[in-house]
Amino acid sequence: MRLSPVLRAGALVATLALAVTACGGKSQQAAGGSDSLVDRAKADNKLTVGIKFDQPGLGLKTGDGYTGFDVDVAKYIAKKLGVDEKNIVFKQAPSAQREDLIAQGDVDLVIATYTINDKRKQKVSFAGPYFVAGQDLLVKTENTDITGPETLNGKKLCSVTGSTSAQNIQTKFANKVALQQYGGYSECVTGLLNGAIDALSTDDIILQGYANADANKGKLKVVGKPFSNEPYGIGLKKGDTKTQQALDGYIQEMEKDGSWSAALKKNFGDSYKVPAEPPITEK
Amino acid sequence: MDFLSNYDLLGAFWVTVQLTFWSAIGALIWGVVLAGMRVSPVWLMRAFATAYVNVVRNTPLTLLVVAASLGLYQTLGVSLTTDTTTASIDITNFRLSVLAFILYTGTFVSEAVRSGINTVPVGQAEASRALGLGFMQTLTIVVLPQALRSVVAPLASVLIALTKNTTIASAIGVAEAAVLMKTMLENEGQAGSLVFVVFALGFVVLTLPVGLILGWLSQKVAVKR
Repeated sequence: MRLSPVLRAGALVATLALAVTACGGKSQQAAGGSDSLVDRAKADNKLTVGIKFDQPGLGLKTGDGYTGFDVDVAKYIAKKLGVDEKNIVFKQAPSAQREDLIAQGDVDLVIATYTINDKRKQKVSFAGPYFVAGQDLLVKTENTDITGPETLNGKKLCSVTGSTSAQNIQTKFANKVALQQYGGYSECVTGLLNGAIDALSTDDIILQGYANADANKGKLKVVGKPFSNEPYGIGLKKGDTKTQQALDGYIQEMEKDGSWSAALKKNFGDSYKVPAEPPITEK
Repeated sequence: MDFLSNYDLLGAFWVTVQLTFWSAIGALIWGVVLAGMRVSPVWLMRAFATAYVNVVRNTPLTLLVVAASLGLYQTLGVSLTTDTTTASIDITNFRLSVLAFILYTGTFVSEAVRSGINTVPVGQAEASRALGLGFMQTLTIVVLPQALRSVVAPLASVLIALTKNTTIASAIGVAEAAVLMKTMLENEGQAGSLVFVVFALGFVVLTLPVGLILGWLSQKVAVKR
């Protein structure tokens, strides 16, 4: 049978569409194979974790490996779930996509500076918190006039476009501070280092990561007067209470056996003051 | 759906419209100047315009916008405003992004106008030179009026592209539609797809009439040859 070019192109598109839907179907099946992650992870010896790829100290992609506190938590949990470290698949989980990644089964867990709140709980379940962060300020080491949120009048602050931290600044310090929003924290750090911006504001643990990054060592400091409460949880498929309880247990074990504070020290430097372990709220 | 009323959607899209408006006017002027330089008898102007168009047109817009903020403003201290209150940073960012859009979109306008100039028969320019008109007079009185009438349709495409490109101003925090979208996605992650649909619709509402009106206009003003 001879086909016209248009028909041939159409047939090609149809074949591709079929192939794509076939692939999609298969991955969905795999995700729905078992109800609870605890059983599935052990049986498959495989765990997919969504982390940040661009936050030094928490989740950072370096060459072909990953470093950071979130990554260490993921590795500890994988070990407890009976998954070998080499079988953990890390996927990038940008803030805006975290709920969808979990709901669609693209990742098993999200450990990516994921603040527990009620709106998010409509779509996902949380375990933890495994860390409680607070919004803080990062300034130049030689800066002495910014000592806390009450000393910010007339200052230039920087944060990431649309983030919770940026919104906090807009509502708490409306008309008192100038807010520069950038697409990423790195632009804010550039502005901070060249003096165009007075302070970068977001969760203290993220700031700690920048202060401790090799390129900025000794040039930046975290003020240390947090003015919000951001409990970081592990995001998982909504309603998977068996996994949630297991994860809560693993987090407590991690805190007890010392690996929790060791991981914090490792990622934020020996001078980092390890805070008290947060109580588990998601049960 | 009800969370939509908590956000200033109209305000955000109004900033998008303002960005588009000022950038479009600036880009039209700058684009025509560049096109004029490319057909000018002075080789230095031709060389500059050719180099400029080819470099800027092939530079990612995000890079230009961020460079305007990090380079022009933070490093060189060009703030484009005399305001000293806390609002100065917003005014500066708005103007810097308009500047970046003008520099970028001007290259596309220039190429469209240049192709329009090529549609004007060479006899027109020869006749005006025979009448004793200089280069500027030939260009502004004879050639450009005919050239611009034939490029309304391609300029409409440039304008639509510009409207959507204004979302890149979010990279330096200009409070337009894309910033509000990021804010809503951060707060309303459970309704992510709905947020996308709302903003997609918003841009269709902005750009579809522009395309239809300018399409009609291009028919009306076209030079029948």
